[in-house]
Amino acid sequence: MNALILSAIWGVVMMFSGIFTKSGAAIRGIAITGLALLLVVNVLDFQGTALVDINTRGMLVYNTFSYMFLNIVFGATLLYFFLSGSDMERVGLHLAEYFALIFFILAGISIVASFQTLLMLFLGIEIISIPLYILTGSDKRNLKSNEAALKYFLMGSFSTGLMLMGIALIYGSKGSFSLETIGAGTGVITPLLGGGMLLLLASMSFKVSAAPFHFWTPDVYDGAPTVFTSFMATIVKVAGFFAFIRLFETSFGSVQAQWQLFAAIITAATLLIGNITAVFQQSVKRMLAYSSIAQAGFMMFALVSLNGKGSEGLIYYAAAYSLATIGVFAVLIKLNDYTFEGFNGLGKSHPLLAATVTICLLSLAGIPATAGFMAKFYMLSAAVENGKVIWLVILGVLCAAISVYYYFRVIQAIYFKDGEPQVAEVSTTFKVVMVLIAVLVVYFGIFPQRLTDFLYMVY
Amino acid sequence: MQIGLTHILVLSATLFFIGVYGFLTRKNLISMLMSIELMLNSANLNFIAFNKYVWPNKLEGLFFTLFIIAIAAAEAAVAMAIIIQVYRQFKSVDVDEPTIMKE
Repeated sequence: MNALILSAIWGVVMMFSGIFTKSGAAIRGIAITGLALLLVVNVLDFQGTALVDINTRGMLVYNTFSYMFLNIVFGATLLYFFLSGSDMERVGLHLAEYFALIFFILAGISIVASFQTLLMLFLGIEIISIPLYILTGSDKRNLKSNEAALKYFLMGSFSTGLMLMGIALIYGSKGSFSLETIGAGTGVITPLLGGGMLLLLASMSFKVSAAPFHFWTPDVYDGAPTVFTSFMATIVKVAGFFAFIRLFETSFGSVQAQWQLFAAIITAATLLIGNITAVFQQSVKRMLAYSSIAQAGFMMFALVSLNGKGSEGLIYYAAAYSLATIGVFAVLIKLNDYTFEGFNGLGKSHPLLAATVTICLLSLAGIPATAGFMAKFYMLSAAVENGKVIWLVILGVLCAAISVYYYFRVIQAIYFKDGEPQVAEVSTTFKVVMVLIAVLVVYFGIFPQRLTDFLYMVY
Repeated sequence: MQIGLTHILVLSATLFFIGVYGFLTRKNLISMLMSIELMLNSANLNFIAFNKYVWPNKLEGLFFTLFIIAIAAAEAAVAMAIIIQVYRQFKSVDVDEPTIMKE
């Protein structure tokens, strides 16, 4: 709760800071301070010492999963600010406003991590989406950025329309927006409720870019300024998943048998389309866009299996995927050339960057001893525990094997091809944070319980 | 003839599908924006009708409508900004123009 309030206030602070100072370093400093405060406040809240306590009348309910998820989100955003904060200045003149929009998105994520009514779900998703449309189009002189913003806006608001119609139908059949009231009496699905549920399924699939509602993703991620793609493809995407699973677990968990097949088909399609199309990409940025679709397929396993292991796995996946992808994007931003050839010879000219980015890529591919492997392991074992979708597990393993191809293409370019990569100036902080990310990725890969233990810690 | 729940639901469903149809077939960005507004407002109609006829004891549906109106306004503001920017860059508000990212 405190994190939600503070992030909204800090967004306004950031907007005003843009009036008083033009110095990029100062603005970054304010943003990083704000984010560190957010993290502290959230951890305090987690331990039971709330700074302000507001009665939300059951609309927002924070449990350990929400707190843990928010800790991961704020931690990942902090690393992202350290890595890519200085690159935002290259997008345009309005540095303070970009940070303000990111803080507003974080406020939306705090809502999405804790909503207990459909009203809050709608508000949270919109508070995330609207600033993102602006960030996507923030490179105003760039045609690609404009096109991406346009596509993102059209697809996003279309899916909002679907979601609202879904909520209206559910309200018609249940008379309440509370997830628990909706979940309580749902033994049988009436046509009204079923229609609403399907519309919600479709619109949430839009938001997390699951196939067949993924077609906006590559263009938007490719067109948006790369610093913001990094944020969009990681933190915002896992927040969407968190909302998706919280919604379906609480309100439609009791009728899972009736929609599990739908979810399984969406998962299978997402895995196949994401992985197979990624193989054919020439630009690393676009490859990462498809890889984010492919990883979304793995996160969908939590929805299909819908058990404790799945939710645990989602928290874990959020950390593993965000860390690794933020690392890869941070290095990509520093390069001039976004094709695979742009990475040629990076291993010789920048050994440290090359090593850290390689660890991130290994993690994304799911090689053992990295966090990505354990994350995939959690997801697949959740589906095995569920027992009804073994075919999906087999497909998941096959797709993980396909994904090795396109991640290793980058590694191959880094180490086994000669070239003179053009890399922008890299600061010491950047290197330290990259090493930190690589260490975290390996650490969580070897000791996965260090992350999930927090979920069962009682303060 | 008494106007009942069914009439309003039919009206809102019609509006919703006009919106979907318009969104999928129109090429002009302003028309597409209008189609999206139609979809949002048909959901509004549904909320109010369900509130009045099916669950008349609480005002939840009405409040949801207020939120939708506010959010739709915010969304339209961002949409107009994006459309104006697209017009400046591409000299057209046709959705077929900005297609430089075709594979």
